[in-house]
Amino acid sequence: MATAYDIATQQAGPERDNRAPVVAVENLKRTFGSHMVLNGISLSVDRGETLAVLGRSGTGKSVLLRLIIGLEKPDSGSVRINGQEIAGLSIDKMGEIRKKMGFLFQHAALYDSLTVAENVAFPLVHHRRNISASERGDRVKQLLAEVGMEGNLDKMPSDISGGMQKRVGLARALALEPEILLLDEPTAGLDPISSGEIDDLILKLQRERQMASIVVTHDLHSARTIANRLALLDLGNVVIEGSFEDLQESDIEFVKDFLKLS
Amino acid sequence: MVSAGSSAAGLVNSFFEWFGNLGIFFWQVLRAAVTPPYEWRELIRQLDEVGSKSFPLVVMAGSAIGVVISLEARYSLSRFGAKSMFPATLVYSVIQVMGPIITGLVVSGRVGAGMGAELASMKVSEQIDAIEASAINPFRLLAAPRILACILMLPLLTIAADGCALLTGWLAQAMVEPLSFHQFINSGFSGSTFNSFLPQTFKTTVYGLIIGTIACFQGMRTRGGAEGVGRAATNSVVLASLFLILADVVLVKLILVVFP
Repeated sequence: MATAYDIATQQAGPERDNRAPVVAVENLKRTFGSHMVLNGISLSVDRGETLAVLGRSGTGKSVLLRLIIGLEKPDSGSVRINGQEIAGLSIDKMGEIRKKMGFLFQHAALYDSLTVAENVAFPLVHHRRNISASERGDRVKQLLAEVGMEGNLDKMPSDISGGMQKRVGLARALALEPEILLLDEPTAGLDPISSGEIDDLILKLQRERQMASIVVTHDLHSARTIANRLALLDLGNVVIEGSFEDLQESDIEFVKDFLKLS
Repeated sequence: MVSAGSSAAGLVNSFFEWFGNLGIFFWQVLRAAVTPPYEWRELIRQLDEVGSKSFPLVVMAGSAIGVVISLEARYSLSRFGAKSMFPATLVYSVIQVMGPIITGLVVSGRVGAGMGAELASMKVSEQIDAIEASAINPFRLLAAPRILACILMLPLLTIAADGCALLTGWLAQAMVEPLSFHQFINSGFSGSTFNSFLPQTFKTTVYGLIIGTIACFQGMRTRGGAEGVGRAATNSVVLASLFLILADVVLVKLILVVFP
């Protein structure tokens, strides 16, 4: 007979380490052909914390997010989620870890044959099979209301703007109530007002849900608004990591140039 | 000389790499297909997509083939004074040779291109990555139901094509010389057993496997935007048709050995 301890251990997951950072990457390397994109990056994020990853185009910011969620495999180094190494996990075991993660793609990546509501319902249909259709419908409405899209349930992704698509993508990323939120350029291509709205939305979600978040962005203003900590990447390495004030006080030429031109 | 040698080596290398990747892809689909949860809803959608929507095309192709074989057979058999062999010639030509291969090629063209392009478009717009990021196995959700639908539907579509070909073949003959349908069927199938026709019809499950696997593989490994989508659609049709014909060579020999 299973003891209370056994049950608690099973519920927590056998590999879970509660003292470890929620996301930890160590000495991560990734090359594409002869191009070294990430050259030994180490970063970590704790619960309730938001890390903004900044850098020029092509410095591997998006690749870093794809490595964390397992869509790419590193050449070397380790990615740990709640202390569990993800390298070598099968697609189904990785799926169990991904259920705790929400990912907003740079171009939202909404399913173009499904409506807005069906897009948000998609993870619920596949992972919450025990809830009724009406409960699922209510949850979808609630999620879309959280991102200010409750009036667009039946629209197709092609009928809404880029900013609206990102909101829907965010609602879909939040559907399984993730512990970790990965956002790839959430404000890219948006006008300043829409960018500000997305930033406010991310801040609100952080306050309410206390997730560990990693935001990849070019937008220094957005990073400063939503992140507790910033990491600046160049040539596959972390040039500096710290608060916005730490970046401002840095003597590193690249950091000064980046802040000046952003 | 050196560059010609290295480019040949590169070609050989990419040939084996392609087959290796196809093997890995098929293993991943097979593993996903036999483990729960099963995607029944997607399978039903794909059965409709492959079966019902290919049906009119297969019926038209079958009907046309029936008329062509009938005209050719009557002319050839008359020359050799073997007109009485017409029903058997038509039945055997349609069911053993033309029906399966024509159905395979028609489905390969319609379904192969459609699946290849659909999955490729999902791949380049990161929708397949989004499925994976949502903790859903894309091999289970996208590839397995499509391949299974092709396997299940090809024999049924073949039977439909065979039926139409026999009907139009008989009509073409009956318009020239009186021949009742009952007489045509009795004479055409006399001396035949199930072994004469069933293996030829059910070998199309292998065609379905080839069409579904190649289309899903080409679609799900696409890179490079709109150009990549076009390339995936074209490659799906070309490779599926080519492998289908090559497989037919092996299958015909195998059937002759197993069902003499």
